[in-house]
Amino acid sequence: MEDLLRQLGPRVLGVLVRRGADFASAEDAVQEALIEAVDRWSEGMPSDPQAWLVTVAWRRWLDHVRSETARHRRERADLAEPPPGPTEQADDTLRLLSLSCHPALSPASAVALTLRAVGGLTTRQIAEAYLVPETTMGQRISRAKRTVAEHGLAPQEARDLNRVLRVLYLVFNEGYQGEVDLAAEAVRLARELARQTGDPEAVGLLALMLLHHARRASRFEEDGSLVTLADQDRSLWDTRLVAEAVDLLQGALAADRLGEFQAQAAIAALHADAPSADETDWPQVVGWYDELLALTDSPVVALNRAVAVGEADGPQAGLRALADVPDGIPRREAAHAHLLERAGEPARAAALYARAAARASSTAERDHLTRQAARLRRR
Amino acid sequence: MAKYLLLKHYRRSSGPDPLPGTDVPMDRWTEQEVADHLRFMDDVADRLRERGEFVDGQALAPEGTFVRHGGEGRPPVTDGPFAETKDLIAGWMVIDVDSEERAHEAAAELSAAPGAGGEPICEWLEVRPFLTRTPATDA
Repeated sequence: MEDLLRQLGPRVLGVLVRRGADFASAEDAVQEALIEAVDRWSEGMPSDPQAWLVTVAWRRWLDHVRSETARHRRERADLAEPPPGPTEQADDTLRLLSLSCHPALSPASAVALTLRAVGGLTTRQIAEAYLVPETTMGQRISRAKRTVAEHGLAPQEARDLNRVLRVLYLVFNEGYQGEVDLAAEAVRLARELARQTGDPEAVGLLALMLLHHARRASRFEEDGSLVTLADQDRSLWDTRLVAEAVDLLQGALAADRLGEFQAQAAIAALHADAPSADETDWPQVVGWYDELLALTDSPVVALNRAVAVGEADGPQAGLRALADVPDGIPRREAAHAHLLERAGEPARAAALYARAAARASSTAERDHLTRQAARLRRR
Repeated sequence: MAKYLLLKHYRRSSGPDPLPGTDVPMDRWTEQEVADHLRFMDDVADRLRERGEFVDGQALAPEGTFVRHGGEGRPPVTDGPFAETKDLIAGWMVIDVDSEERAHEAAAELSAAPGAGGEPICEWLEVRPFLTRTPATDA
């Protein structure tokens, strides 16, 4: 039943919002209806659970609005329940995502609200996934709802799909902790969005997620230590996911509206396509990084491009490309160390690996870089 | 989103010097000044909770014991307590915030806790980022 409720919650919320309920109090009403369902359904399931939930949630919302208006104003326009229309599930999800990823929200708040309102996760599950107390996550979500309620959403903001895509990618990159697989959750939402909008960037994001997801089993050793792309056991890659992603990406690229997610997916697809690291089509990878750099002008992209140049044209060319990347970009020292090692300068490379380890932002990365430094110093 | 540790020291042997006139030891404050100080810290924690940023907070006893492995099958070896240790951590707070800038803002707010005379003591807090377990994406 928990799965069913989780699936239905966001749909019911979508219906309420479509009928004109404001997002924040509609979300509260849906939560109340879900709690009531847990109570009542144990005695017997209704024939149409979604309709049951819509009816109960709508009534709760009306109660809420009526008591609010009774407090504020005596008079109130009619709040008769509109006739149930066709499901219009597609528009509902997009509308909920646009609200949950409201531009006035910080990325962390948008992520939390999206998981709750569109993903249908409980506050406890989201709190566990982000390793914060449940009360803290509850506050974050309440504040986010208030912010959305205060600001509303302008029509042009509702059409800004890129904002939604960036939030979903943040969720995806959080991986999995606790009982919820956030990466799988992000894939599910991206899949729905891609299907509904057909937007090339939404499809590109889905393809990118699937390509990363396909490599998941090979990214870590059993003890949790990091395996770099070049050293990953490619037989562990999920070829079915890769094939699906490549199909999706080709469809998106055919629309000739290139964006950053499509370009990133194209790079990931070239890696997925290579039987071994040595057989990677590096000149094409560099070509896509050029496109990506033109689209984003991001120093992180410039750094990755320098590494690709090092593979395509040799470490000296890579080092020259790296010279244009500003200091202080995460992983710049690690990339520099890698290029120096390939250029035959193990001592300088070891020193840089050690410095990179001291500045790593995750323990897995720190340990990996420390081992690289140790390996070079022992030779 | 990232987690930061805000570290509060009783005493430090390194790091920046305290602001002049603000280093009156807490046991020389009046009872009311101590109460106001503690209340301020609680209020900051409440505000962080309300913002959805609070993760954990803990005060530590000033005295502790040093412990080490004593060899296979032998009891732990202990030493201390050392009353006059130069570096003494008073407690910490862990926050989960959007940016390093926001972590600094929260630390500055905490550092404004009142001391002797009811004035902000502006003590130095050490802000340290947490390491996450795994990187988000492939290197």
